[in-house]
Amino acid sequence: MNAMPRAHELGLIGCHVCGLVCRDTQVPDAACPRCGASLHRRKPDSCARTWALLIAAFILYIPANVLPIMRTVSLGSVDDNTILSGVMELWVKGSPDLAVIVFTASIVVPMMKFLVMGTLLLSVHRGSHWARAQRARLYRLVEFIGYWSMLDVFVVSLLTALVQFGFFSAVEPLPGVVYFGLTVVLTMLASMNFDPRLIWDGKDEDD
Amino acid sequence: MTLPSSSNGQIQPALTSSLLVCEHCDTVHRRRPLVRGDVARCARCHAVLEWHQRLSLDAMLALVATVMVVFVQANVWPIITLGFNGEQIHARLWGIIMMMWREHSQVVAVLAAGTLFFFPLCKMLALGWLLIYARWGRRAPGFRQVMVVLHYIQPWTMSEVFVLGVLVSIVKAQLYFDVTPDAGVFAYAVLAILITIFSGIDVRQLWDKIPEDAP
Ligand SMILES: [Zn+2]
Repeated sequence: MNAMPRAHELGLIGCHVCGLVCRDTQVPDAACPRCGASLHRRKPDSCARTWALLIAAFILYIPANVLPIMRTVSLGSVDDNTILSGVMELWVKGSPDLAVIVFTASIVVPMMKFLVMGTLLLSVHRGSHWARAQRARLYRLVEFIGYWSMLDVFVVSLLTALVQFGFFSAVEPLPGVVYFGLTVVLTMLASMNFDPRLIWDGKDEDD
Repeated sequence: MTLPSSSNGQIQPALTSSLLVCEHCDTVHRRRPLVRGDVARCARCHAVLEWHQRLSLDAMLALVATVMVVFVQANVWPIITLGFNGEQIHARLWGIIMMMWREHSQVVAVLAAGTLFFFPLCKMLALGWLLIYARWGRRAPGFRQVMVVLHYIQPWTMSEVFVLGVLVSIVKAQLYFDVTPDAGVFAYAVLAILITIFSGIDVRQLWDKIPEDAP
């Protein structure tokens, strides 16, 4: 046994909810004596659930980008904005800095999440030892920045509300924003269901 | 070290608070006392294990009370004002949520209501409840359940994102109308800062701070 023992090697389980270190009694439905959450050595069905949520999120991400998220009616001209065209408009007419922020939040972050979570899942399936510390760090990063993708959903909501009494101008939310909101929620659920411990499971040879 | 009193006749796993298991890689660490500014990191994966609690329970309670006040202001005060034919239109958070509900975007309305209103509110009420008792060294009624609820709602509060959203909306809306930020936004900005300070609080430490047999 090496200098850094892992909980399952010592017959211990760290509670997922309260963090208490418990002895693994091998009882199938053991509960944490402190918080009452059920004890698992690893999150149950972590890979299957993460895959399912991630794939569902990816499927919804397609209409989220293709369908318009917002309609602006201004002086008789009707303008349907998709996420990307909204970013372009902001870049050209508004402020390029904010365009970059919105682009990052609604395109880069979700894409990164799909890529990173997909890579993590595949490498876990193969039991790969490749760059474990870096993969662990990448996971913590996507978990940390994931919810910033909600930005565009709030923007559409705000713009809609702004013109609630406007007669000649109107802003309407369109279905794209619904798909996008659901994508964000599903990707968040996907990363929560992933168990980063799986990255470190298997033999240690490189650390 | 506390040993469990065997309750309701179940086989209780032995537990120890002198050990710490890294949540990210399952490595077992021996807990060491932390001094001011200390952050304990996992030697294997570098994830943060725990950090020194700078704020006293009283300070945390004061912070919760402040957040409550700011939260009320953020919700009562208008967030954006729209100048329109010499008229002024004010948008408040609940106005926005109701608007989305009526505009056939119920999903969006529910998302906004949850992440901007209900989850932050639950979080603050729960923390306030726990801390009021904690400063007397006691576990609040329902301590266990409230702690578990806090654990699950933690990731779903998005006030910080909303502040950035307001900023983007103002810039976008200025293409069409005369829009100015209103007091509510500043309340939201303060709220975002307070929430950031808050996330520096490791709520889990309450489990260890207040022993189970306390009255
Ligand atoms: Zn670790």
